[in-house]
Amino acid sequence: MSTFLGMPAIHAPRGVGGLRGDESFPKAAKAALGDTQLRANIGRATRTIREKRAAVVEEVPDWEELRLAGQQVKAATMARLDDHLRTLEEAVTRRGGVVHWARDANEANAIIADLILATGETEVVKVKSMVTQEIGLNEALEAQGITATETDLAELIVQLGHDKPSHILVPAIHRNRAEVREIFLREMPGVPPDLTDDPRQLAMAARAHLRQKFLTAKVAVSGANFAVADSGTLLVVESEGNGRMCLTLPETLITVMGIEKVVPTWQDLEVFLQLLPRSSTGERMNPYTSAWTGVTPGDGPQAFHLVLLDNGRTATLGDHVGREVLHCIKCSACMNVCPVYERTGGHAYGSVYPGPIGAVLTPQLTGIEDNSSLPFASSLCGACFDACPVRIDIPSLLVHLRERHTEEQAKEHRLPTPEAAALSLVGWVMQSPRRFRMAETALRMARPFARSGRFRSLPFPLSAWTTSRDAPAPPPETFREWWERTRDQ
Amino acid sequence: MGAREDILQRIKEANTGIEVRAVQRDYRRGPLTTTAGELPDLVTLLEERLVDYRATVVRCRPDGLASAVERLVAAASPVLRAPGVPHEWCPAAEPDHEGLAAQDLDAYAAVLTAATVACAETGTIALDASPDQGRRAITLIPDLHVCIVRADQVVASVPEMLSRLEGDRPITFISGPSATSDIELDRVEGVHGPRTLCVVLVETDEGDR
Ligand code: SF4
Repeated sequence: MSTFLGMPAIHAPRGVGGLRGDESFPKAAKAALGDTQLRANIGRATRTIREKRAAVVEEVPDWEELRLAGQQVKAATMARLDDHLRTLEEAVTRRGGVVHWARDANEANAIIADLILATGETEVVKVKSMVTQEIGLNEALEAQGITATETDLAELIVQLGHDKPSHILVPAIHRNRAEVREIFLREMPGVPPDLTDDPRQLAMAARAHLRQKFLTAKVAVSGANFAVADSGTLLVVESEGNGRMCLTLPETLITVMGIEKVVPTWQDLEVFLQLLPRSSTGERMNPYTSAWTGVTPGDGPQAFHLVLLDNGRTATLGDHVGREVLHCIKCSACMNVCPVYERTGGHAYGSVYPGPIGAVLTPQLTGIEDNSSLPFASSLCGACFDACPVRIDIPSLLVHLRERHTEEQAKEHRLPTPEAAALSLVGWVMQSPRRFRMAETALRMARPFARSGRFRSLPFPLSAWTTSRDAPAPPPETFREWWERTRDQ
Repeated sequence: MGAREDILQRIKEANTGIEVRAVQRDYRRGPLTTTAGELPDLVTLLEERLVDYRATVVRCRPDGLASAVERLVAAASPVLRAPGVPHEWCPAAEPDHEGLAAQDLDAYAAVLTAATVACAETGTIALDASPDQGRRAITLIPDLHVCIVRADQVVASVPEMLSRLEGDRPITFISGPSATSDIELDRVEGVHGPRTLCVVLVETDEGDR
């Protein structure tokens, strides 16, 4: 399972970035479950995207073949990731770009801040990017006196609302139009006072607000959806045009990407540009995709920097099962089908990566013990695997990480967390038929204590289970007993 | 050890014992066929898809191109064109030149360009910064983009579209006008890019295809 690494693993460092919440998932989820407005907003939104996605996936007769190719391209890329990154670096450099390497969030933030300060600017425009949230770039830049303006409408709503994103694709999914109007009236200078809550009017207010910034910005920061190793081409997939504004108008462009985003060849894009839009927004194709290579004289930024980020990715790669999370193309389809996400929303996960993928990616980036409750934040129903365009087996990864957590606890002779204790107890019981029979008897003896067929609370360690849900009472007769009683008849 | 060597070394160690497996590409790579086994009319399919994205689509013969463009830009002035777009397509349009900064481009109401290739199945048009498509900024700042696509530039699928492009050019893939669904998933066209996209599909001599 875990591979020995000659060097100690580098994880995403503590105290910076958006991978660790203030409280564990069970605590945060409990608060979220009490918020009916939030649940209604999220339920409506995820249902809408789910239906759109299903309709456009249905149209594609070779969807399964594309998924398989997507999975295989990713696996093959990861197997020679070092070679592909070297090729990418060489191609970008050949085309006038400068490549930087960052072991973790702190290194990346320092590189980016230095690059911005070297231009003499203290304001930058930003394209929505998961990785800059992962490393806490905006906060780090602020500490250096640099203001970063989010230009994606949803990110702008989140930024102006002094809030946190709750979904990868639609970060302000938890806000409704009336709330957006209030935020704009309060925080957007020069917004018309008679602004209504019509989405078109709100979008036009954002357009007017950002226009001057786009036309005058000297520096932009972006992430990337893909990087083609052999040509050195970077791609950003988007809808609003704010991405194109940031990627083409400023003089300097700084792109930061996780090292797993590389694909070997231009041809590989034919797989992902089909899988991504249909899976994420439920569109046949997103309105805009920009592709650029280094610097093109007379067209776009004349200075281009690419920051390649590790921040826990090589540690993840070292787990030969868990590494599969690095195949993720951040489409968010798994979130929209997850019954747990639908009820708790994204904030409960405490990480910028919520939902099923967040539950397996986050603990690997931070080191499992920093996010040990996340692999338990799932019902293992399997809907996420079916939705995943690159066939990441999230349910199996959840189970794998639960085991790893239990092992780490045992290694340190620590009292296991309730979830881990419950699971190892189950494992211990199931190892022997005698223990299993005894457990069955014990359970049946407990039946009279259940009310209307449910246990409201169980003794430790099972109490951890019943603090957030009831447990069904055992049936009066077990399968084993039924078998013995009926097989001779 | 520097960050670069450190990261590359860690990857190498993490990949110990991992083999590279071949990739099966069993998905469709050639032209589309309908269930009846025949080629769909790609220009019509492209038109349907673009209209679905709320773009305006006009079809014409080569000799009707100038008048089609004239009607589309009638309400917009001034009009800019990519430097390689023939003067005859729109005599009123001024050619783009390097002296125009982003703020200057903001003064134009419309822009006229050609395209490199279009994908019918997804309703996507690709511009690769050739002279008749111009630098990326010109199709971004004016509010109306009129894009001329010849029927022989229309292909069926995404793989075919990508194979007609060279990865190291600046490329913009456009599928309908700019749009957002960030507020309660209500689609609103035109946040930051051109709010209106008009596509002129020019039939070529062999007919539609
Ligand atoms: S795990 Fe799969 S479904 Fe979830 S965001 Fe990543 S690619 Fe999409």
